[in-house]
Amino acid sequence: MRVVVVRFPGSNCDQDCHRAVELAGGRARYVWHRDRDLGDPDAVILPGGFSYGDYLRAGAIARFSPAMEDVVRFARNGGPVLGICNGFQIACEAGLLPGALIRNRTLRFHSFDQHLRVESADTMWTSAYESGRVLSMPVAHGEGNYEADPRTLERLEGEGRVVFRYVDLRGQASEESNPNGSARSIAGIVNEGGNVMGLMPHPDRAMETVLGSVDGQGIFQSLATHVSPVDTR
Amino acid sequence: MKLQPARYRLEVRVTPRAGLLDPPGKAIYQALHALGYVEVADVRVGKAIALEIDAASEEAARARAEEMCRKLLANPVTEDFEIVHSDNAPAAGDHR
Amino acid sequence: MSDTEPASIAAGNSAPGGRGATAGHVPRAQPRLGDPEITPELISEHGLTSEEFGRIVGALGRTPTFTELGVFSAMWSEHCGYKNSRPLLRQLPTRAPWVIQGPGENAGVIDAGDGWAIAFKIESHNHPSAVEPYQGAATGVGGILRDIFTMGARPIATLDSLRFGDLDDPRARYLFAGVVRGIGDYGNCVGIPNLGGEVHFERAYDGNPLVNAMAIGLMRTDRLIRGEARGVGNTLMAVGARTGRDGIHGATFASEELSEETEAKRPQVQVGDPFTEKLLLEASLELIESGAITGIQDMGAAGLTSSAAEMAGRAGNGVEIDVARMPTRELGMTPYEILLSESQERMLVVAQRGQEDDVRRILEKWELEAAVVGQVTGDGMFRVLEADTVVADIPAGPLTRGCPTYEREGIEDPEIAGLRARSLSEFSRGPGGDLSRHLLRLVDSPNVASKRWVVRQYDTTVRAHSVVRPGGDAGVVRIPGTLRGIAATTDCNGRYCYLHPRRGAAIAVAEAARNLACVGAAPTAVTNNLNFGNPLNPAIYYQMREAVLGMAEACRVFETPVTGGNVSLYNETEGVAVYPTPVIGMVGLVDNVERVCRHAFAQAGDQILLLGTNRDELGGSEYLSVFHELVAGEPPRLDLMAERSLQQAILAMIADGLLSSAHDCAEGGLACALVEASAGDGAMPLGIEVELADPIAPVALLFGESQGRAIISCGPEQVEPVRVVAARHGVPCSEIGEVGKPGGRFRIRAGTSGVDLPVRDLTDAFFRAISTRMDGPAEVATA
Repeated sequence: MRVVVVRFPGSNCDQDCHRAVELAGGRARYVWHRDRDLGDPDAVILPGGFSYGDYLRAGAIARFSPAMEDVVRFARNGGPVLGICNGFQIACEAGLLPGALIRNRTLRFHSFDQHLRVESADTMWTSAYESGRVLSMPVAHGEGNYEADPRTLERLEGEGRVVFRYVDLRGQASEESNPNGSARSIAGIVNEGGNVMGLMPHPDRAMETVLGSVDGQGIFQSLATHVSPVDTR
Repeated sequence: MKLQPARYRLEVRVTPRAGLLDPPGKAIYQALHALGYVEVADVRVGKAIALEIDAASEEAARARAEEMCRKLLANPVTEDFEIVHSDNAPAAGDHR
Repeated sequence: MSDTEPASIAAGNSAPGGRGATAGHVPRAQPRLGDPEITPELISEHGLTSEEFGRIVGALGRTPTFTELGVFSAMWSEHCGYKNSRPLLRQLPTRAPWVIQGPGENAGVIDAGDGWAIAFKIESHNHPSAVEPYQGAATGVGGILRDIFTMGARPIATLDSLRFGDLDDPRARYLFAGVVRGIGDYGNCVGIPNLGGEVHFERAYDGNPLVNAMAIGLMRTDRLIRGEARGVGNTLMAVGARTGRDGIHGATFASEELSEETEAKRPQVQVGDPFTEKLLLEASLELIESGAITGIQDMGAAGLTSSAAEMAGRAGNGVEIDVARMPTRELGMTPYEILLSESQERMLVVAQRGQEDDVRRILEKWELEAAVVGQVTGDGMFRVLEADTVVADIPAGPLTRGCPTYEREGIEDPEIAGLRARSLSEFSRGPGGDLSRHLLRLVDSPNVASKRWVVRQYDTTVRAHSVVRPGGDAGVVRIPGTLRGIAATTDCNGRYCYLHPRRGAAIAVAEAARNLACVGAAPTAVTNNLNFGNPLNPAIYYQMREAVLGMAEACRVFETPVTGGNVSLYNETEGVAVYPTPVIGMVGLVDNVERVCRHAFAQAGDQILLLGTNRDELGGSEYLSVFHELVAGEPPRLDLMAERSLQQAILAMIADGLLSSAHDCAEGGLACALVEASAGDGAMPLGIEVELADPIAPVALLFGESQGRAIISCGPEQVEPVRVVAARHGVPCSEIGEVGKPGGRFRIRAGTSGVDLPVRDLTDAFFRAISTRMDGPAEVATA
């Protein structure tokens, strides 16, 4: 799979995403936010970081980047787009995903390993997992509190578009296991077409045993299977 | 002259002190220019805090609000404040 | 009081075309309209003595202008000139075959093998953090990161050594919360993982918190660049943020011309912009990679003045700067203000002549400004113009190397000597009461308790190379594309240093080295941050001198040269100094990150062993402070050779893959170290069954802080090989117990008394101690 990682001023997980793609057997290429050379990739990643310092609202300024126009067109044509952390925020601001990410309930930045439950293995991003599996990956964000109006939330749930939910070690979602106050403990969602996924936790930091978790591999493996079915292992 | 306590709505604007670097203002200024709004000469980003204060008079409400600004709402080292708006709110349900 | 270098001015000026040679045709500096008159008061407000002013007049051959006075004041300040510390710092070992760059540059650099080099340094931001904790700490992180990437290294980790007053004091809580948020917001945004460090709480830091930030960077050895103004005719360019009136030397504010109104317009607080820093980081590394520049330096403390003067001084050249060409944020800034502004996120670079446009193109890509502000000259002068007028014209040699240094008288404060001599036998006799309750109370002390509340506000995993995150003995990051790693720690026990500065400083080095050994890293080099009170006070100077001697001796034994650091003096409030706090930041190398060892017990059935010897030592302990509000007694003894053997034994055991865990014994003694090892990261605390047979009273045995000890655990079949390795290194090794079940009982038997509690009681107290004090008990905890 050939994946473009878009770099915005203030992106800081661009290298992590690049490496995650390569660890999953793909080829990654950077596109600078001002450049219009998206090309014809199999997928696009909007990486984490603090684009424009998150100064107005997280993701608010980055979505006007020239490269984002290309990304939006790519997504509208069904191209797979993955927004991780700040990338999720940018995807929401750009209208690729519904809802918004507001400040954590505690008003603090939170950084630790968080348990997630795979809510749906029926997407191009999660086919390598079984539904209900509990994963662990790092979260690191100050604005990860997912909010949407009740109708949108109902739709997301009803259409199986809530892909990951914050849970505890035993897989139970509760106030205690919700790190940021997200509505319905939502950690990750997909758009109607299922080709755009946003999630706050970092699969790009959960790719190697030596770093504490390999639970992020499934997302990149799922994507690889989706883009080139013959190439699966 | 009102002697009965009434409720006053005050808006406090907290802005970075003049001359202090304002990173959000700078980033937004550059973003607006990138979008073609080149007429924007400066951007400062602050906070607006809406207060509803029960007081005997508007002066009293303002005096209390100023005290709150000095004590809590603004950081005297990095921020200026201004009380920009005031009106006598209609009596609310919990009016004493 | 004696001045050790009376003749250094003339000798220091070795630059071509120095004072004597060029005095005839060099344009002389003009006073500006509106400059205050140079009076004794003004001189003293600039922190210069009349004797020092005499030297300035001698160096210039005339009275300085106001602008020049400001420049000298900054360069001859303690911060830039090391007036009171330089003679002491000469005691420190600074060389080793693996040291590529020692003290004197933006950061030290060591060889990490395979063409990799590590740049690292620690620096204080104590005073700014006391004034405005959030911005003070944030800009502290920003400054230390710039010191790293101006060497050509990409920052890969930060650590922080923090000290505050007692958390019962609301002001201390305010400072603590603000500093932690400032460090987090800055480092998280730039995207540098935090590897840990230390946090201490002690009344001695009530009015004067210590905020020392350390950064580590990685580069290919051939990318090393220095802060030198090389190549006469090359172009000086200011890059990054614009210059405002931030942090201008306090002396200007004291001058009587300034009304309250003008003062309000001249904020001193520096505001950090981590977003700009991230762009500047990428742009700087790209500039270095491009070959378009020959030198680069942060405009940090004393801003343009120190960066330009130091770059000229190191290269033996001169510089000419036109302040009218500096991009400013505010109108009407004077040369004095532009030269001394400490606005953040700015760099001074020396571009190869003719490659200025290449520099501009790179900066433009990163949406930053670059402006030509001057050039490198061959006349050895630090010359400043304001358009056509020369406003400062100073021989660079005396400016950068002529700062007088002082070796002062040091006499120990007899009161402290008395505290040290105090007998502690009354506290360590007998069965010691309810030891379970004592231990619960001790792990609830913020000094012993988990610092999770802090490090959870820091991104510890960004860059995806963090192998050992904060909370263990030392942090470890992987060198990208390799199996090798860099371990780092910061250490200092201010109480020990207060009671016995020489031994305390040596212990700081020993503990740092031991922490590295416990993760499996060979200690390699040191950066230090010397935090003291007013050096003019003989009792303080004594502490400085003794601490440096202790540090020097220990660094020699562990073969960890000091490659740079920072001196922060005058840390006092109302005449009361902080504890002498010579913080050690130490880095070490890990051969294989898949073999790192962690502090937490791994599984039930593993055997627990103690390396080293328990002694009857309560001096300077956390126990005495918590239970008797007493900082007294002899700090623990230190046997440097035994320490070294201990560390080598641990390294050998880890290399042989024998250990399940290794953990240093520090504050709170053996019992607290066992709680920490049982607690792990909190997910699955393990019980223990330990029996101690030493003929020492239980309180001293459990809570004494004897040095040279570590708790290790291993599978039952590894006990014999572990014993063999210990014996080979001459290290005492005793089997003291066994690891129990998750959530089991935590039992230590010591003679007839002991501790017996459900392990979760201890770990709950341990993890909640700080969050309860900061947020109240109701905070939602996420596991």
